[in-house]
Amino acid sequence: MSALAGVVLIVMGLLFFLSGTVGLLRFPDVFTRLHAISKADTLALGLVCAGLALHADYGALQLKLLLIWLLVIVSGATCSSLIARAALAHGIRPWQR
Amino acid sequence: MHPVEMLFDALLLLSMVVLAWQGVHARNLFRAVVSFMMFGLLTAVAWVRLEAPDIALAEAALGAGLTGALLLATLGRLDQGGRATRLRTTFMRFSLPWMALGLAGTTLLLAVTLALPAPGLDEAVLRAMPAAGVDSPVTAVLLNFRAWDTLLEIAVMLLAVVALWSLGQDVLASTPRLPAPALPALVRLLFPLFLLSTFYLLWRGGHGPGGAFPAGALLAAGLVLALLAGARVPERMTGAPLRCALAAGLLAFLMVAVGVMADRGVFFAYPPQHAPILIAMVEIAAGLSIGVMLTALFLGGEPTDVEGGPS
Repeated sequence: MSALAGVVLIVMGLLFFLSGTVGLLRFPDVFTRLHAISKADTLALGLVCAGLALHADYGALQLKLLLIWLLVIVSGATCSSLIARAALAHGIRPWQR
Repeated sequence: MHPVEMLFDALLLLSMVVLAWQGVHARNLFRAVVSFMMFGLLTAVAWVRLEAPDIALAEAALGAGLTGALLLATLGRLDQGGRATRLRTTFMRFSLPWMALGLAGTTLLLAVTLALPAPGLDEAVLRAMPAAGVDSPVTAVLLNFRAWDTLLEIAVMLLAVVALWSLGQDVLASTPRLPAPALPALVRLLFPLFLLSTFYLLWRGGHGPGGAFPAGALLAAGLVLALLAGARVPERMTGAPLRCALAAGLLAFLMVAVGVMADRGVFFAYPPQHAPILIAMVEIAAGLSIGVMLTALFLGGEPTDVEGGPS
């Protein structure tokens, strides 16, 4: 049962990765692209980690997966903020319809 | 091998070739640097696929992390004017001869690889493992059986730092900095983790993947991140303490190598009963030194006391 739930979580994670990538390729400027990739990828990685944790045998591995996700949340958010600030500093204005 | 694994490996190889091509031929230098960093990351994955986690760790920290930071920092200081023309090399004049040379080299390497005895040196290493003083074959080769090579590698790194310092003072002060409050906060959060992982890898080197080089690379990655976040080398650390830290690895290595001559009169012949503690000492000194040396290479010169700050 938990194995099936794990697979479902991983597949859902992959779908979010896919949508984040589509956003990265299709959105009009750096800010909207960041918005797409950072949010979707963080959630996707969380889902994949949760799915893998359901497949893992012992507690230490599950703890490591959680730690990986937390580290990626923190560093991913910082990276997005840095890229957005660098873009603003280079005079890129946010896209407007 | 499972078909899915073969598909993964084929995709990995293809991506690496494409990224390598982009790294050399991209019109835009920034694109070339990012391709190179991605190439380093995928190389690390390739090492994992080859079941060499030690090298994968070092490659991820060095190839994707530190080299990328070095290249991006250089890119930031380049004159913006003449960058497009420099890289737009013509295919016939530049690429074709090099491609021919690369193809010849690869063929030669392949021929040599096929001519080597098939199992390699695995058996010889495994036979000698009981006398190695450590449980990890990789560490045994690096710090015992072929310690001489590792000693020279560390000497070469130190020479590189000395050469760099002779060129002038550090260039970090002239790097433009963005007001980014998130980065210092991230570094404050992550730096203890970097230190923890460094010592974990040093300790782990005795019996599993880890050791001085991955640990040093990780330490350097943490230090470089701190430098990027605005930390500077504190004044009391410049001068003698920094020089000692840079040379500690080579010095400890040499002292152990010469010291064990008292036992049997042979350079680097560890007495078996003391081998574990001697190797651990060399590993810790070398790991810390490698970390400091890589950071010094990123600094690009002897640190100047331009401004105080947290380190």
